Amino acid sequence: MGKIRTPYLLLLPGFLFLFTFFILPILNLAQTSTQTPIAGGDTGQYEQTLRFQNYIDAFIENREQFSRSFVYALIATVLALAISYPLAYAIAFKGGKFKNFLLVLVVAPFFTSFLLRTVAWKQILGEEGFVVPTLRTIGIISPSTTLTSTSFAVVMGMTYNFLPFMTLPLYASIDRIDPRTLEASGDLYANAFTTFRKVTLPLSMPGVVAGTLLTFIPAAGDYVNAAILGSPNTKMIGNVIESRYFKIVDYPTAAALSFTLMAAILILVTLYIRKAGTEELV
Amino acid sequence: MSKKVIDATIPTIPLGARFQRWFGRNLIRVYMVIAFTYLFIPVAYTFAFSFNDSGKSNLIWKGFTLDNWMNPCGAPEVCTALANSIKIGLLATIFSTILGTMIAFAIGRHKFKGRSTSNLLIFLPMATPEIVLGASLLSLFLVFKINPGFWPTVIAHVMFCISFVVVTVKARIASLDPRLEQAAMDLYANEFQTFRRVTLPLVAPGIAGAALLAFSLSFDDFIITNFNSGTVTTFPKFVYTAAARGIPAQANVIGSAMFFLALAIVIAGQFVNRRKAR
Repeated sequence: MGKIRTPYLLLLPGFLFLFTFFILPILNLAQTSTQTPIAGGDTGQYEQTLRFQNYIDAFIENREQFSRSFVYALIATVLALAISYPLAYAIAFKGGKFKNFLLVLVVAPFFTSFLLRTVAWKQILGEEGFVVPTLRTIGIISPSTTLTSTSFAVVMGMTYNFLPFMTLPLYASIDRIDPRTLEASGDLYANAFTTFRKVTLPLSMPGVVAGTLLTFIPAAGDYVNAAILGSPNTKMIGNVIESRYFKIVDYPTAAALSFTLMAAILILVTLYIRKAGTEELV
Repeated sequence: MSKKVIDATIPTIPLGARFQRWFGRNLIRVYMVIAFTYLFIPVAYTFAFSFNDSGKSNLIWKGFTLDNWMNPCGAPEVCTALANSIKIGLLATIFSTILGTMIAFAIGRHKFKGRSTSNLLIFLPMATPEIVLGASLLSLFLVFKINPGFWPTVIAHVMFCISFVVVTVKARIASLDPRLEQAAMDLYANEFQTFRRVTLPLVAPGIAGAALLAFSLSFDDFIITNFNSGTVTTFPKFVYTAAARGIPAQANVIGSAMFFLALAIVIAGQFVNRRKAR
């Protein structure tokens, strides 16, 4: 009898907590998203209605920021994959006895606060930094071109900040590959490229899927990079939700936008996992 | 005559081709150097500018000084924010590690109805963007007329750390050899003794790792904190607000100190592991 109860007793406190502070807030968010302002009430006063039009209004008004969020997140994810794959591969196959040390090096920059590093990029790429004057002297960019306050800076910042979320799962799955399978492929007259395409890449797919998800999800909802490195023209959906909450006190729109973002991400993620065919994520 | 033979066996390769060959062989090493340089540029920048004799705005290099390191609380708000971050981080770590470890044992060690639902409940918070977690929790607090502040921030941090603790500890539990526990039982240890003397010590490194992860997630969190902390300033929040007018060099000192401290902990941990493995 006691044995049957044990797992439930172990789960109870944690799940009670998650129910109260994760599930309940999400349900409450759904409720808030259909509220309307009280006629003649103060700013920030809303009454419960079932106005689903909120979603359509919010989406149409902010479709530009929505599409920007997903495009930026997608580019940042692809770039992070392109940078991380060779790095993870190099550590796994060429790291030798320095493997653990190199892994620590990948994570180490992230011990300095996320915001400090983003501010550092802003100053490095800014007018006072050394990059812009150098590029101008060489003539790669014109004297009037700036690097900060551009979509380039925002995407670069996102790529940088989410890089370890890509590298670590990639490393974990590449490191598990038996090097003898690659030798076997070579013995069967596959060239390096074919070996990569037919052996290494498929075997590392769980890492690719986990890494891209762990990068894409936080990137799509991020607003810190856009706020620090961007301009009003690079605003993402996160910036809109933040300002709806704090500056405009428009809770229903903020809730509708949050919900749409979450739903869009969940749908994309489900489709992606189906397509990639890996279920071992958790 | 013989000299000519030697010349024929070792043909002189033009410098360009030799470089090309070296490059081809070491391409992946060259790549690693470039990648790590990219990773460390902002860290090096932060560290360098922690020595800047900058006064108020730490934007332009004005000269070398050790003052910022000797007196990291020279900008008082920096230290208040740091103290808050540490307090919130420790509390969030303790609660999320306890709750998360219990869940990990339930899922990792027992077969029960609703196990896959449980897995889903753990996965969902990780798949939800931070801004949605932060915003939804804030609207719940507002409904119950709870003002954002210190404890709401702790609650928020516990909430998003639990899943990461569960995943980390569960991985450790899954890698245990079940024969060790069977052996303990064969030697007449009862269930509780087996757990305390065998299972728990074996899982302990996983729990320690999870706690470290929880602390660093909490310490570095900005988005969820920004929604739920009200007037309480944490270190990332301080940097964000100060970013517009230039952050004081003392913030760089704290960021750099955190970097070296965390690096020391990780390297010490690896060292301990290696000695144990022997």
